[in-house]
Amino acid sequence: MNLLGLFFKRRSSAPVARERLQVLLAHERIATGHSELLAKLQEEIIQVIARHIKIDREHVHVKLDRGRDTSTLEIDVDLPAVMPLMGAR
Amino acid sequence: MAKVLVVTSGKGGVGKTTSTAALGAALAQNGANVVVVDFDVGLRNLDLVMGAERRVVYDLINVVQGDAKLAQALIRDKRIENLSLLPASQTRDKDALTNEGVARVIGELREKFDWVICDSPAGIEKGAMLAMYHADVAVVVTNPEVSSVRDSDRIIGMLDSKTARAEKGERVEKHLLLTRYDPGRAARGEMLNVDDVLEILSIPLLGIIPESQEVLQASNIGSPVTLANPNGVAARAYFEAARRLGGEKIEVVVPMERKGFISRLFGRRVA
Repeated sequence: MNLLGLFFKRRSSAPVARERLQVLLAHERIATGHSELLAKLQEEIIQVIARHIKIDREHVHVKLDRGRDTSTLEIDVDLPAVMPLMGAR
Repeated sequence: MAKVLVVTSGKGGVGKTTSTAALGAALAQNGANVVVVDFDVGLRNLDLVMGAERRVVYDLINVVQGDAKLAQALIRDKRIENLSLLPASQTRDKDALTNEGVARVIGELREKFDWVICDSPAGIEKGAMLAMYHADVAVVVTNPEVSSVRDSDRIIGMLDSKTARAEKGERVEKHLLLTRYDPGRAARGEMLNVDDVLEILSIPLLGIIPESQEVLQASNIGSPVTLANPNGVAARAYFEAARRLGGEKIEVVVPMERKGFISRLFGRRVA
């Protein structure tokens, strides 16, 4: 980048602020009222898995990434090396 | 009919108290009968900003608890006779405010005044919730800065759900007052501009108060800025905001940067 670029690219942080706020508030507005949604989802998904596979509660990781258009809820479940399938056919 | 107005923001330090004093005084200067009520129990400051700190005898809590009559606690402004102050208690705890007691006091104030302006404490705890509970109108004071905008959004949600009006299925009339606005920094993209904040919060704009020395000078001398410096930019913005509260349709003019000769010559490099 040349010297002129340094002059003109200099701090235009307001658009970043605006973008971050829009994403954040879109989620916070939905979350207000049912803030336990995430915990509920996690619990029910784990219950479904536990119905079929023996899992250790300690080895469940939940990660949320909120984006502008879509968000991802990641649930990582460590499965035992040899899967003791319950009710295996 | 009397209107109860809450000046609120969630975040502290954005200008709730100075705006309460300025809007209250402006409405009174235009002829309305106004009372400003400090809900910040334990951290009262409206008395100081109004220049009445040496005249406080009884406070809101004394009246709420029935230890003093409302008329004994009201302090009439020495400069504008149709402006009164109901101070908060400095020593008591906010738990001393009861829902029933506050409801009774607000009811009595509605009978005496045209405008009952409640200065909310920062935060979303009991004091803030009680300050907004009886409101017909809300002025959400916001600085063009991320944390203030986020907190205002939260407060707007509460005005729509946690007020007496919301419980009855009615709406609280909400207005945005953008304070400490620096036109130069907004123009250079260093600060959220008016459109950004309006788009994010999507409530009607009551006014824009430019960052100005006049506001600090007014609190220094204990006078609402509309009295201390009625022709200054801040006071003019507050006067217009007060007229909009009264229902007048006045277009909001976004403040522009006023450049001196030197800064014109050297452009943005001059601080």
